[in-house]
Amino acid sequence: MPEEYSTTSAAIDRQPSLDSLDDEALLDHLQRAACDYFVQAGNPRNGLVADTSREGSPSSIAVTGFALSCYPIAVERGWMSRAEALQRSLTVLRFFHGSEQGDHPDATGYKGFYYHFLDMHTGRRTWSCELSMIDTALLVAGMLVAREYFDTDADDERELRELVDALYLRVDWRWAQDGEPTMRQGWKPESGFLHYDWDGYNEAIVLYALAAGSPVHAASDACYRAWTLTYQWENLYGHDFLYAGPLFVHHYSHAWIDFRGIRDRFMHEKGCDYFENSRRAALVQREYARRNPNGFAGYGESCWGLSACDGPEGDRLDASGETRRLFGYSARGVPYGPDDGTVSAPSALASLPFVPELACQALRHMLARYPGMLREGRLAASFNPSLTDAQGRPWVSDGHYGLDQGIVAMMIENHRSGLPWRLMRRSPWLVRGLRRAGFRGGWLEEAAPETAP
Amino acid sequence: MTQPGTTPSLPQDEIECCRVEHLHPTDWRNPEPAARYHLVVIGAGPAGVAAARTAAAAGARVALLERAQLGGTSLNTGCAPSKALIRTARLCADLRDAAHYGARIDDTGPPDFARAMARMRRIRARLADDTSAQRLAAAGIDLFFGEARFAGTDCVRVGDTLLHFGKALIATGARPSIPAIPGLAEAGYLTHENVFDLTALPARLLVIGGGPLGCEMAQAFCRLGARVTLVQDRPLFLPREERDAAQLLSDALARDGIAIRLNTRITAVHAQGDVRRVEMISDNYHTIVEVDAILTGIGHVARAEGLDLERAEVDFNRTSGVLVDDFLRTSNPRIYAAGDVCMEHKYTHAAVAAARIAVCNALFRGHERLSRLVIPWCTFTDPEIAHVGLYVREANRRGIPVKTYTVPMHEIDRAVMDSEQEGFAKIHVQDGTDHILGATVVARHAGEMINGITLAMESGLGLRGLERVIHAYPTQAEAIHAATDAYRASRLTARVRARLARWLDNA
Repeated sequence: MPEEYSTTSAAIDRQPSLDSLDDEALLDHLQRAACDYFVQAGNPRNGLVADTSREGSPSSIAVTGFALSCYPIAVERGWMSRAEALQRSLTVLRFFHGSEQGDHPDATGYKGFYYHFLDMHTGRRTWSCELSMIDTALLVAGMLVAREYFDTDADDERELRELVDALYLRVDWRWAQDGEPTMRQGWKPESGFLHYDWDGYNEAIVLYALAAGSPVHAASDACYRAWTLTYQWENLYGHDFLYAGPLFVHHYSHAWIDFRGIRDRFMHEKGCDYFENSRRAALVQREYARRNPNGFAGYGESCWGLSACDGPEGDRLDASGETRRLFGYSARGVPYGPDDGTVSAPSALASLPFVPELACQALRHMLARYPGMLREGRLAASFNPSLTDAQGRPWVSDGHYGLDQGIVAMMIENHRSGLPWRLMRRSPWLVRGLRRAGFRGGWLEEAAPETAP
Repeated sequence: MTQPGTTPSLPQDEIECCRVEHLHPTDWRNPEPAARYHLVVIGAGPAGVAAARTAAAAGARVALLERAQLGGTSLNTGCAPSKALIRTARLCADLRDAAHYGARIDDTGPPDFARAMARMRRIRARLADDTSAQRLAAAGIDLFFGEARFAGTDCVRVGDTLLHFGKALIATGARPSIPAIPGLAEAGYLTHENVFDLTALPARLLVIGGGPLGCEMAQAFCRLGARVTLVQDRPLFLPREERDAAQLLSDALARDGIAIRLNTRITAVHAQGDVRRVEMISDNYHTIVEVDAILTGIGHVARAEGLDLERAEVDFNRTSGVLVDDFLRTSNPRIYAAGDVCMEHKYTHAAVAAARIAVCNALFRGHERLSRLVIPWCTFTDPEIAHVGLYVREANRRGIPVKTYTVPMHEIDRAVMDSEQEGFAKIHVQDGTDHILGATVVARHAGEMINGITLAMESGLGLRGLERVIHAYPTQAEAIHAATDAYRASRLTARVRARLARWLDNA
């Protein structure tokens, strides 16, 4: 681990008695700890941020997008100077702008997209990973937050905005359709586009909206609608909602897009919106945990959150001698699993804007009952009360994941002040994309008309 | 084509002799043909036999032509043997889980594969009785064995005999389609046409293709003790089914211990002695798997070669098979087709239903449409995956607003009692109505459960009508009734409840 950044800094080891804090102070504590992740796990030379706090972790472009989104939060909360936030943002934007784009196997990106995982030092593709459409969208969304936040006429801020525009405008979203009606999930220089079907509702609205908003390389007009044709509107546990199993799906686009009151054609037909849908999704998750069909330890109305997260691996024998399957890092979901008793506290907390009281109640319960899920003052990715050590302590995921910290920091801020939503409502590219995707109503009606900078 | 050395040979025992006597008697002599038949049926699989019986029962002069064995794929190399074997495999899985139920199994030895196959053959021979040559002849059908070739637009030759017909029905079924993989033919492979001839279990089996048959056989052979690798070139198994169903199946197959290779393409096969080295690629990852046997031919192509269809002026292409309209009529108005040779849905029950329509339309001036049939289907894995009617994506594409009532099986008492709570029943209705568009059931007995929904759909019964149908407690089929409960509850909006409360207060 190089000296200039450390993901396991002892500096964060401040463990106040969280029980004594009121909700606001508790959220403030966790949000600050989450924002600190991006400082500790970032490489100041190129601005890239590590995927996890584990030794040797590469950078994740999505986590870097979360970092760009969180610097303004840190500034507004007084945890970081505006100058430092600007410098960090500029550093990473300059890196991406100057990075190699091409079909070389160890480039940083291609066609304006970026590889999912980059080497922390060189910024080049690592792990033979895919050029990722959704992760690029999360990165670009973070860039757009920075573009709207740094809005003065200072040279650095102007440069930042120009870099963001250049980086956004060079993304060839149409290419990423590969001639198909919907977006492909990924591409590799060795084998072309990935075959993974991407059916059904998922976290990709922000991808589709950004793809629709480009004035130069927009996705096809029918692209977003083609994707929504794979949706399933379901009645489950008494709730009507646009179904997706893992909880994060109901959060990721929502971190950047204020879905209150705006509707696409699908939601218009259903008399709902994506914000309300995420509220119902949280209720479905909570109800699943209450019913706890597999009888896992801890599950209940105040202990819920099945999502894509780290988890214990390998099969183990339980007390009755039966084999229990464990799923490692996987997209856990409700109601069909996979479910091995692993709960993602960050995902429950990220439901804060949708179900504030229930999310806080769950957070407090989980913290009180399983204090080990707080590592170095911030939430671990997950814990599993059904798997305990000799002292009866539940399994807890090692270290931290940048995605968890990012979604927690952003959703707490959206709950507290709505800053990320407010900034993104000003983004001409997002506004244009949402309109082209067929969103109408609410704040979109008052948003500035499309303007090309 | 399999190499001679790798072709399993079916034991020529009493059971097999009995089956052959039923399905192609060694001393059979074709009858003297009538001057002209009302209906000539080519192919004596489920569709052909159903058509011949239906027509003969109505008094028509019927000839039935078969080149090999009566009963077709379904009886001989398809449904009958596979489901008999799956029953043994399912029992093996139950024995594996015996401790969970508090049962004790002292003998933990491997399954007796040879005995399982012998049981399958006995069952197949017994089922053959119903389709036997003797029974068909007794039903008044002129049964001809031999290769059939059209000799004109109204006549067909079987062997040296020329048969004239008023109407004809092509029901020659389908045959396995073999993927073009370098080295596969040289290395040898099994298909459903000969896999049930095995008497010894291959220790390591590679199954190519994750459609219904591939998944069923992969799971069955795995549970019978083989180390199975299942390769599918798509991102999920059962591409036609909805994502959750395919995902649950994938989880179940992995739990059984099958090595799952999704998004994987086989690039070459090399035989080294008795071992087959299979090279595969997924994105940019190359791997090699060594196995003892390969099962493939999971897809099907229509079996129409050698029929001289052009002489009969019947249009055909390799993708769709014999081309028919919604009345099952070919480009020659005298000639109809039914079953796997012309239909997208290649199921025994669909073939039989279509054959009856074809007979009605051909002989009795009927106007019944294939598209009006409500055809359920089921993949007999564990859990089973059954479907009827529209999928949500189809409804969306057609612009039909759809809402799905989802009941996880863990909500159903009997499923919990049986520790069979994996799966769901999803009933798709036209949003704002109770009109059932379709349904998918994933459950251990989904194949049985789908019939109730099919009945409702065929009868025009919506969820409100289905709600009045009392389901026996405790049964897993209560999942269907639970969906109607959810429908009722969702109609009780706050406004309706307030109105009811006012009414109750005033009553």
